[in-house]
Amino acid sequence: MSDQNPLVYTGRVWKFGDLINTDLIMPSKAFRLPKAEQHMLCFEAVRPGWVRQVKPGDIIVAGENFGMGSSRPIGDVMRAAGIVAVIAESINGLAMRTCVNSSLPAINCAGASKLFEDGDTARVDFLSGKIENLTKGTALQTHPMAPLLAEIVAAGGVIPMLLRQGSIHAEPFVAASS
Amino acid sequence: MGATAIEKILARTSGKDVVRPGEVAVCRPDIVLHIDLPMAIEGAWYKPKKIFDPGRVAMIFDHAVPSPSIKDASAMAEGRRMAKEFGLKYVFDVGRHGIAHVVAAENGLARPGELLVCADSHTCASGGLNCAGRGAGIPDTLQAMTNGIVWYPVTPTIRYELKGRLGPMVSGKDVFFYIAQTWGGHGNTSIEYGGPGLKSLTVADRRTIATMSAEVGAEFVLVDYDALTAEYLNGRLDRPATPVQADKDADYLDVRTLDLAEVEPYLVLPDAIPGNCRRFSELKDKIRIDQAFIGSCANGLIEDLRVAAAIVRGRKVAQGVRFIVTPGSQAVYLQALREGLVETLTEAGAVVTNSTCGACLGYHMGVLAPGEICITASPRNFKGRMGSNDAQVYLGSPATVAASALAGVISDPRAAARA
Repeated sequence: MSDQNPLVYTGRVWKFGDLINTDLIMPSKAFRLPKAEQHMLCFEAVRPGWVRQVKPGDIIVAGENFGMGSSRPIGDVMRAAGIVAVIAESINGLAMRTCVNSSLPAINCAGASKLFEDGDTARVDFLSGKIENLTKGTALQTHPMAPLLAEIVAAGGVIPMLLRQGSIHAEPFVAASS
Repeated sequence: MGATAIEKILARTSGKDVVRPGEVAVCRPDIVLHIDLPMAIEGAWYKPKKIFDPGRVAMIFDHAVPSPSIKDASAMAEGRRMAKEFGLKYVFDVGRHGIAHVVAAENGLARPGELLVCADSHTCASGGLNCAGRGAGIPDTLQAMTNGIVWYPVTPTIRYELKGRLGPMVSGKDVFFYIAQTWGGHGNTSIEYGGPGLKSLTVADRRTIATMSAEVGAEFVLVDYDALTAEYLNGRLDRPATPVQADKDADYLDVRTLDLAEVEPYLVLPDAIPGNCRRFSELKDKIRIDQAFIGSCANGLIEDLRVAAAIVRGRKVAQGVRFIVTPGSQAVYLQALREGLVETLTEAGAVVTNSTCGACLGYHMGVLAPGEICITASPRNFKGRMGSNDAQVYLGSPATVAASALAGVISDPRAAARA
């Protein structure tokens, strides 16, 4: 859930390890699924059944090089699963821009893996860089999100920006499947 | 304090004198490559209402060519429509197609000193030709092609000073594995490659190393421009090259010396690359394989096919092994035909396919079943990457893959050369 500040989120933690790659978040088998089902394979190879357990407003806490790999709409996929924020020891550069452009805020925070256990409640303030474990009463300070990136997140992502500017057509293109 | 080569490109394209790590540069791309896949994923693509410069947007079909599904066919139909609507200058439809990074290099679209945008993670391939590209997303390319805008965090840069030369049966792919094993991840840093050893490294090896650098999480990758780059680009460019070189007093996060003579062939164990690369002397058990694959933006070049053909010439692929060779572009395929490589490979029992990204991403042309083991010269070995989540993917150089296809077990290419 979002607090009054649009870039502060409080939610249940789902903890993942190092090297969570894009094939684990959105395998290529998901490309041919309808938009509404593309998130159903998220983490299926490492945490089967996760998409049925995760709740809207939950937060991912991951290890090193989260989101390494391909250019895939992983921000959209995680948002569709209910995730509102991503915290990781380190986030792959392409994954970071993909999340930000999809209005899913993400932040690098060294020590995040040790700060949280699965199921803890996290509070993350992207503009100040304060990461708190409300369950344990512990906290870390990291670099805040760059202002330009925070603006993109607050604007709802790049697609809504392009729509408002009249640069793209209003409805997404849907390739025929039959 | 001077600037790195990457900082210079980001400064020029963002209209600034200098940019420094920590800033976010908002740049105007010199060229945007648009591929088929974004239009095939439902909900990911929005038709543009305008194009910032039809002379700076290229349409290249690569991931699913020729179409293996109605969805992909429909995506490419939309691509053709869009190319016509806006009068795009560069269109590489089926027949002129190939993997975007290979086609861009061959046709002079990855120009030295320029900034290239593409919604594929191996866009850093262009760095092999001194052209700055880093993997972008689908919204990035939409913003780039409509409004001529793309944002990049300016990151610190690590420079590799190469010296010496590679031994026999050691390739650019192995150089990358050596880097990944020795230094691990390079997240949120850019990479420059240069030094006296560069002149001994072929342009093909440089392109492989640049492409593979995505796999240690690098941002931009740039190889110094030299006489070999100029020779490769001769006759390909439609505007003069403007190569960039770092200032002598550029500020690097680290400068590392890499002796090419120390590099050996590597095998990469399944699921990840950094920390997972093994020398053949470290391997104990025989690893049987079901499939061997040479292809992709990293190793679908004519030089890779020559290596493979030289190893299998007059021999046979092992019983029970599927050896799939996918040229990186139509131009590579044609050259391989002219040199007799397709014949040599086919006689040995390999399948030479049409050029596409294909098996690398487990999309078509060689998808793996549960329990199967594949050795591949493509860039990725993630769980589930090439098909079933229960398949295993090992990585090696084209020489290692070809030697393994003959033996039926993963094999040191230096042994195959001696046999």
